[in-house]
Amino acid sequence: MDNTTATQTPTSLPRIGSPAPQFEAVTTQGTIKLEDFKGSWLILFSHPADFTPVCTTEFMAFAQIHPKLREMNVELMGLSIDSVYSHIAWVRNIEEKLGQKITFPVIADLNKEVATLYGMLMPGESTTETSRCVFIIDDKQIIRAMIYYPLSTGRNMDEIVRLIQALQTADKHGVACPANWRPGDKVIIPTPKTQEMAEERMKEKGIERVDWYLSKKDLK
Amino acid sequence: MACVNPDGTISPSAKALLKALETPLGVEEIAARLGSPLFKIRSSLREMLEAGLVVVQGDKYIASEEGKKKATAA
Repeated sequence: MDNTTATQTPTSLPRIGSPAPQFEAVTTQGTIKLEDFKGSWLILFSHPADFTPVCTTEFMAFAQIHPKLREMNVELMGLSIDSVYSHIAWVRNIEEKLGQKITFPVIADLNKEVATLYGMLMPGESTTETSRCVFIIDDKQIIRAMIYYPLSTGRNMDEIVRLIQALQTADKHGVACPANWRPGDKVIIPTPKTQEMAEERMKEKGIERVDWYLSKKDLK
Repeated sequence: MACVNPDGTISPSAKALLKALETPLGVEEIAARLGSPLFKIRSSLREMLEAGLVVVQGDKYIASEEGKKKATAA
């Protein structure tokens, strides 16, 4: 039985800056299309399998950051190659045994259509389990970031939240974020594109300037 | 949010949505009124449209006569 219907044939893997491949899928919260998330950011993530230990810790961690993500206009949706009944049993088990309600939908991708569309399968690791992939899709349904973790290692929720904070800050203020940036830290002013602009940057007041190509400022 | 059961009955959340649609509302208005995320409202509306419980009026949605009956059924 087909549980998902991909509406776009994959010609290549998703790319940062490209439209997210559209799909319709059966989830723990009913049939959902990717386009249903328009207007919200979305973290689409895959996990290897239900009722496995690392995945359980990740699901709890994702559910714990969900309220904070919603404040940032970000939704969550999980995926694995399991049936919707397995997903339902697992999320109920997590709530019963560990006290954590799973508040986001989980795709039952039994026929691997969405996993294939998004390149979530790493044949070198497993052909039956999706790796720990994270796709950050913005409110216009453009892929903005991708993170891949192996089967053996759980993801870092702080980094996922930080990454979205950085992307939203960059969008809002037209800046970039330096290494290890956190909200409240100085941001990077776009590099001058002409010699004249570089000379102007060297005279600019009120910024932290290392050189014409590397300057930072506080956000007001 | 699966709304319509195979036996034709509807879920409590679907009832709440149909009750909200006694007057025409847009997707954002429904989401705000019910405190639900947009994706759930869009998914539910699609299911209810297919089941004939909701009809489209311009860019808004309203419960059909069948939808109104289901919303008030015990």
